[in-house]
Amino acid sequence: MFEPFQYEFFVRGLVAATLVGGLCGLLGVYIVLRRMAYIGHGLSHAVFGGAVVSYVMALNFYIGASVWGFLSAVLITLTTRKQKIGADAAIGIVTTASFALGVALISRYKTFTRNFDAALFGNILGVTQGDMAAIIGVTAVVGVVFFVGYKYFLFNTFDSEVARFYGLPTGWVDTLFSLVLAATIVVSMQVLGVTLIAAAIVIPPVVARLLTDSFRSMVALSTALGASCGLAGIYLSYYLDISSGASVVLVAAALFIVVLALTSLRRGRRPGVGALASREHSAPGA
Amino acid sequence: MLHPIPHERGPESPVVELRTLTAGYGGQPVLRDISLSILPGDFVGLLGPSGSGKTTLLRTVLGAVDIYAGDVLVDGVSVRRRRPRTGYVPQLETIDWNFPATVEEVVMMGRTADSPLLPWFRPRDRQLAREIMERLGILGLAQRHIRKLSGGQQQRVFLARALASSPRLLLLDEPTAGVDIKTRDDVLHLLHDLNHQGVTILMTTHEINAVAAHLPWVVCLNGRIVAEGPPAAVFTPETLQATYGAEMHVTQYEGMTMVAEAPHLYGRRERRGVPEGADGER
Repeated sequence: MFEPFQYEFFVRGLVAATLVGGLCGLLGVYIVLRRMAYIGHGLSHAVFGGAVVSYVMALNFYIGASVWGFLSAVLITLTTRKQKIGADAAIGIVTTASFALGVALISRYKTFTRNFDAALFGNILGVTQGDMAAIIGVTAVVGVVFFVGYKYFLFNTFDSEVARFYGLPTGWVDTLFSLVLAATIVVSMQVLGVTLIAAAIVIPPVVARLLTDSFRSMVALSTALGASCGLAGIYLSYYLDISSGASVVLVAAALFIVVLALTSLRRGRRPGVGALASREHSAPGA
Repeated sequence: MLHPIPHERGPESPVVELRTLTAGYGGQPVLRDISLSILPGDFVGLLGPSGSGKTTLLRTVLGAVDIYAGDVLVDGVSVRRRRPRTGYVPQLETIDWNFPATVEEVVMMGRTADSPLLPWFRPRDRQLAREIMERLGILGLAQRHIRKLSGGQQQRVFLARALASSPRLLLLDEPTAGVDIKTRDDVLHLLHDLNHQGVTILMTTHEINAVAAHLPWVVCLNGRIVAEGPPAAVFTPETLQATYGAEMHVTQYEGMTMVAEAPHLYGRRERRGVPEGADGER
């Protein structure tokens, strides 16, 4: 049971996946509640484009990809401010174009030595000490940002326009969020892979939402669930000998199915109880 | 029943001042040549049909509408220079009711901008919010999810959030839409109480008899200001025709000015001479 822990690469991968899972779970709350679930999927593809460009231009991967991801996120936010273009369409345009650029460059420069399979599907064995430092650094920064800005992020997520009327600097809040989201996706790529990040961002908050009606609890639960899925996923991937990203996502998906079944069952067994109770309580105060 | 209170206009400087304002969205004016002053302690209802610019006028005060001509001043400062802080209560239908937020979490949002950068609120902020919830009768619901409330309670939650920001000016968008008659009267009573305590109120409504007739001051809007004044003065068939583009009858009922749609008399114009009282009842 403790056999894999003797390998340094395994322990490193386990810690990396736990931190990345927690990060994705935390940011996922805000993304899912703003109905931008697709942004994780889109941005990870956009960042892939940025990664290829930074490779071609011989730039540092983290800096190049992060700047690229951040610009894509800001571009999406700006596009959605135009009322005629929905967030989903904006994400589709900006990020797919960016991904296509990456693909185009790869096909043009056939001399790539870097393994882009790992970027697409995640490879926990490839987590270097440098990657590890980046993950820990981003986790610390994101943790501080959300600790300090918790109330701002809550109001801005609930109703951004009204939050602005109440004196919140919503433009800065959105920009800060784009920044930490881009950073999170860049450090998650190595562990989860471009194609699988979306699930790590979407599933934990959805499961948490099924379990609670309070924002505070949802944030805590989603972060914890994301981290647990990362941990359990990597552990299982060792024994089942499957891709780390796929393993993390499959664990999360299984958890979703179990929680969905349980919560549906609970509601099914007591039909209408919730609705009746709320109506009873509402009468006197109305 | 609420009764109009005498509307006094003193020499104080206005809280809100619209100066020959033309404003709208994306280059399209919704409001044209609007001049309006709202003084401290006023309670003003914006009345008009759908698309008449009620909500747009409210949003110009918040600095959320493009200004093409004229200006909007709040406390003497143009909203283009400084975005004003007001208590804003949006239409309930714009709220995402599936959002995981409890009553208390929503009310506390009203304190966010004045709180330090920490995940929790100071005890005095929480105390203020509890006092407001107590006053609005929703303290017992503090931990309830916002969807599991009646329409009247939901309205109170968002009113409480506005009051939690300690506003001098309260802006409400259709606070009586979609609630039952008793709740509507409760909300109006509450607003009158707040107004008597010195809060300046500007609200939109499309209900003439049920809401506007009970307010001390009404502005009839239809892209421009058709008329303004106490309901008894502005509710005339001419004004209402200009506001709604439909024929309406005005009648007196126990000292209140009531408005009724003219009965549809297509093809039976000879019956127009029916006594006034018959038209007053619907």
